[in-house]
Amino acid sequence: MIGTVKTFSLGGVHPEENKLSANAPIEKIPVPKQAFIPMGQNLGTPSKPVVSKGDLVKVGQLIAEASGFISTNIHSPVSGKVLKIDDIVDASGYKRPGIIINVDGDEWDESIDLSDDIKEDIELDGKEIIEKIKEKGLVGMGGATFPTYVKMMPPPGKVAEYLLINGVECEPYLTSDHRLMLEKGKEILIGTRILMKALNVNKAIIGIEINKLDAINHLNELAKKYEGIKIQPLKVQYPQGGEKQLIKAALNREVPSGKLPIEVGCVVQNVGTAFAVYEAVQKNKPLIDRVVTVTGKGVKKPSNFLVRIGTPLQDMIDAVEGFPETTGKIINGGPMMGKALISLDVPVVKGSSGILLMEEGESKRKPESPCIRCSKCTYVCPQGLEPFLLSKASKLAKFDMAEKEKVMDCIECGSCQYTCPASIPLLDYLRLGKTMVGANIRNRNKK
Amino acid sequence: MSMLTVSGSPHIHGDDSTKKIMYGVVYAMIPAMLVSVYYFGLDALRVLLIASVACLFFEWVIQKYLIKGPITITDGSALVTGILLAFNVPSNLPTWMIIIGALVAIGMAKMSFGGLGKNVFNPALVARVFLLISFPVQMTSWPKPQAIINGLTDAITGPTPLGIVKEGLGAGKTMSELAPELPDYMQTMVGQMGGSLGEVSAIALILGGIYMLVRKIITWHIPVSMLLTVVIFSGIFWGVDPEHYADPVFHLLTGGMLLGAIFMATDMVSSPMTKGGQLVYGFGIGLLTILIRMWGAYPEGVSFAILLMNAVVPLINMGFKPKRFGAKPGVVIKTS
Ligand code: SF4
Ligand code: SF4
Repeated sequence: MIGTVKTFSLGGVHPEENKLSANAPIEKIPVPKQAFIPMGQNLGTPSKPVVSKGDLVKVGQLIAEASGFISTNIHSPVSGKVLKIDDIVDASGYKRPGIIINVDGDEWDESIDLSDDIKEDIELDGKEIIEKIKEKGLVGMGGATFPTYVKMMPPPGKVAEYLLINGVECEPYLTSDHRLMLEKGKEILIGTRILMKALNVNKAIIGIEINKLDAINHLNELAKKYEGIKIQPLKVQYPQGGEKQLIKAALNREVPSGKLPIEVGCVVQNVGTAFAVYEAVQKNKPLIDRVVTVTGKGVKKPSNFLVRIGTPLQDMIDAVEGFPETTGKIINGGPMMGKALISLDVPVVKGSSGILLMEEGESKRKPESPCIRCSKCTYVCPQGLEPFLLSKASKLAKFDMAEKEKVMDCIECGSCQYTCPASIPLLDYLRLGKTMVGANIRNRNKK
Repeated sequence: MSMLTVSGSPHIHGDDSTKKIMYGVVYAMIPAMLVSVYYFGLDALRVLLIASVACLFFEWVIQKYLIKGPITITDGSALVTGILLAFNVPSNLPTWMIIIGALVAIGMAKMSFGGLGKNVFNPALVARVFLLISFPVQMTSWPKPQAIINGLTDAITGPTPLGIVKEGLGAGKTMSELAPELPDYMQTMVGQMGGSLGEVSAIALILGGIYMLVRKIITWHIPVSMLLTVVIFSGIFWGVDPEHYADPVFHLLTGGMLLGAIFMATDMVSSPMTKGGQLVYGFGIGLLTILIRMWGAYPEGVSFAILLMNAVVPLINMGFKPKRFGAKPGVVIKTS
């Protein structure tokens, strides 16, 4: 018995799930020989290095600190010697400042509790929890990498009523959250309790799609012990992991256009973040590693790895028995919202949820043909937009029209483009429209 | 390592295509095609072939020699137009007239507007109305359907049920006096009545409609709103004066009503983009059809009604937007 299965009401698609690594337990992979740690790992301002060339660092030691309100601390994921502070190519394909560390052994900072004991009692009070989350460099682990502590501080006048924990993992292929829920269920629930305490709410909902029935059952069983946490089964429907869609599905509340979840009394955190919160608050462990799915149809051994931040992707590819010859595209993240990479010489960062190696045959876009006005893009848009119209407006540089037709509401889920029978790259145009309209709005606000 | 592709998300595609949709429509028309050949014989086959080949040919010629762009005749859209054109004419229409119809459909109504997806009006309907106005005699002499087994030669021509009613009522007769001349419901269901190629059999058309619904090529909104409007509107008049107005079922099953509702009004290119807009569009077509059938100069009004509503689609699209997520203000949160 899992209770009523809910979902969101507007639009949505159901791509092939391809959860190839769903049954692969989380494996630790060896610490890399060299760690590459980019300074821009969160949404917002990059962090500022506080170590210099030649410094010896331990695992968990602060190596860069937040600069500005929306920014985070970064801790060393390895022990060794700082080789240099230099530009490194990150997943965006651009060179960005980063710290390169030559690894030597695996010596951890003494303040971190390395025992396997599960610590249930939450000793810190709300304020201290948020301080800890901030200090330990936590960001949203679902991919958006928004600093976690910022979300935990509702603006004046707004009050949180519900904490939503996102265990939806609606992206095809990805299974890191799924595995985490199965293997670290208790920790996730304690992490949830910690977040509830910090937010001063007594209701939390963990949303999980029913293709992860084992996780639903497992957490249901465990949750009996934790007051106020409900496991909400959800129909398999993309993009249910979108904050707004999840809130709609679980609570039937609609976040108003242009507003944040707190507007309807909600704060949403990912299950991975809840786990990281447990580790930070109960074990004093900064965010220095994460679970990453490595998968693809040509991959010999689709896997879920617990890997240190800064590990080159190549190390993980080696761990799945090599790079398939037939690979045509490397994606950082899932196939719907992930970013294509130009090489494997980039490191794992806080927001990396998966590496997907796509076969050559499936990686090329189909040729674009004229829009046949079938409206299918409109039917599937979870935000109730008209992608055919918005893309045309952007193409013709009619950005005022794009703004009026709510281009800024687009969550870039890609459902429209996935569906379009004419294979029009709708989202390319929508992104352009969002960039231009965003700039226009900023300019207007300046005046 | 081979060359890596780098492009924006999403990186997968649902595998639907224009071609699949267009051929889906072609498959949906197979039952009606078979019925037409069954009742109108080889002549029906001739019309179907000429119309289809001519439409494909004109699209090819225009793309190759006038536009000098890519040739896209295999996408299925010209074939759909060809078959729909054939469906909209009598089976004894001379070959050269069909070819003119195809030229009007593809050349004037489709390619002049910029080709697939850009046309405002349904190409097959533009051609039908063009032919009706240019060749009124040939376009309104319908061979009586006779099953293929009864021989193919010397088909007798006669008016359609709608023609009988229009003329009869105009001449002062009542519906009960006209009843013997009209087909019964069973006959109209299977297609035993005078009419254009593709419009005679309700069953065949409905089968095609169900297929398209299941394949999600069309949604129910346009056909249902159009037919419901027809039933309600004609029902009111029939209820008040059954001797001078045909009953709603008669309206549904005769003429181009079902062909129009299922295959012509649902044409994605020339119909509204949102479901709300589609309901209004269907309502408009239903209303105009009945107005023309009851009081217009022509016995049949479906084509005119659809073309008139085609013209209004841009306006409907402006007025009917999808339900936006988060348009209504959020719930008020009680502070605990
Ligand atoms: S990418 Fe934007 S426009 Fe397209 S379906 Fe998603 S929200 Fe709608
Ligand atoms: S799905 Fe593609 S072809 Fe259909 S209306 Fe949207 S943009 Fe046009």
